[in-house]
Amino acid sequence: MKTILRLTICLFLLNATYTSCQSKMVQINGGEYLPLYGRDSLNVKIDDFLMDVYPVTNKEYVAFVKKYPKWQRSKVIKLFADESYLREWKSDTILGENQKENSPITQVSWFAAKDYCEYQGKRLPTVDEWEYVAMANKTIPDARREEAYNQFILSWYEKPKTFNQTIGSTFKNYWNVYDLHGLVWEWTIDFNSVLVSGESRKDVDTDNNLFCGSAAVNATDLMNYAAFMRYAIRGSLKAKYTIKNLGFRCVKDTKK
Amino acid sequence: MKTLKYVLLLVVTVTLLVSCDKKIAKKTDKVTYQCPMKCEGDKVYSEKGNCPVCEMKLMPTSKVATKILSSFISEESIFNLTTKWNRQDGKEIELKELKGKTLVMVMIYTTCKAACPRLTADMRNIEDKIPTDLKNEVEFVLVSIDPVNDTPKKLKAFAKENFLDRQQWTLLQGTESGVREFANVLAVKYKQISPLDFSHSNIISVFNPGGELVHQQEGLGVDNKETIKKIIEIINTH
Repeated sequence: MKTILRLTICLFLLNATYTSCQSKMVQINGGEYLPLYGRDSLNVKIDDFLMDVYPVTNKEYVAFVKKYPKWQRSKVIKLFADESYLREWKSDTILGENQKENSPITQVSWFAAKDYCEYQGKRLPTVDEWEYVAMANKTIPDARREEAYNQFILSWYEKPKTFNQTIGSTFKNYWNVYDLHGLVWEWTIDFNSVLVSGESRKDVDTDNNLFCGSAAVNATDLMNYAAFMRYAIRGSLKAKYTIKNLGFRCVKDTKK
Repeated sequence: MKTLKYVLLLVVTVTLLVSCDKKIAKKTDKVTYQCPMKCEGDKVYSEKGNCPVCEMKLMPTSKVATKILSSFISEESIFNLTTKWNRQDGKEIELKELKGKTLVMVMIYTTCKAACPRLTADMRNIEDKIPTDLKNEVEFVLVSIDPVNDTPKKLKAFAKENFLDRQQWTLLQGTESGVREFANVLAVKYKQISPLDFSHSNIISVFNPGGELVHQQEGLGVDNKETIKKIIEIINTH
């Protein structure tokens, strides 16, 4: 009798850890949209996919580094992360004093974020996928022309230390996804795919001497200043950078 | 049944040992030999034999001996990347199998009409200017940014068309995630802009035999003097 009881408890616990480890995802219906920068300046087609409702949290990342020590602060190699990787943490597996378990993880490199998602059987979103979901406000899928929407994002960009807030503290958008704007910037798998910048001294977009096909690099909607900033920031990142207000979330392809 | 297990274990161990042996033997090819008595000062020979003065057997020089021992990969080495790649001959490799040579690497795709032929020509020009006796110390690597279209077969044809079908040229097809990761290590930017076209930065990167990035040349048709100087310098100091 006792064994059965123990077994049930075990199973129950296992189940509980399993569900808490796998963060919640929601369905995003694909479609076409015109990104700020695009392929031949045409509409981009997005397939259906699943997206994490929230950015990955500190708590989830602690669990991750416990399981995969190669991503612990003292073990991570220089090729994959710069010196400020998880710098605020007290130790390899303990958060800093001011860090909340439910705040988004930041100060992680692209390599770490990519691995995190892959270990969960997921992947990082593409820039196009991220922007597609993030152009929604509370009620409509494409709110880029709404003044209030742009106002909200731009005023967030001015606010300091929003990464200390907890997940879910901004609005739930049309797709039931939280916090795309308002807490942290997020890594994308192809963050550096648009040749908007780099070092400013060589910053000539249409320089054919530097870039093959650079004529395709053109902004379609210069009014979308907030998105413009995101693309600019992405363009200035390197994969091993670890920044205080840069986190990530994962996505997954929908099985067909 | 148990005996079978042991036999199997034995076979595996033996094969492992043998394959280790081979690797060491390969590396010692490049070893220089020296008289242990130093009868002729610091003079070295490229082949085994006896010292012409004291008749003692020539010994491998200690500098090379340390090279053999070091299986060490530094934190900044690209040999930390563990993704698998297909070579133009279809063989699957990991980057660390290129260890021991100075690497000159570039990212291209074979359907590119504008920049890649020039990038490839730049690579060839660099090869041309490396002194013949040092050529074996350098490996020229072209990594495709279009793993979907650039199959090993295509890469092989591309190598032929562009006069790269020689020993020191390696063309690699990876996975999409592996290519993205590699590009990020090089800080190469690229984006697919149509099914057959990519925009990408034109960078030729030089790595030392330990896989650490030492030099990057940016742009097309640029003066490659600096790059060549760096390559020769690396060969001579490693």
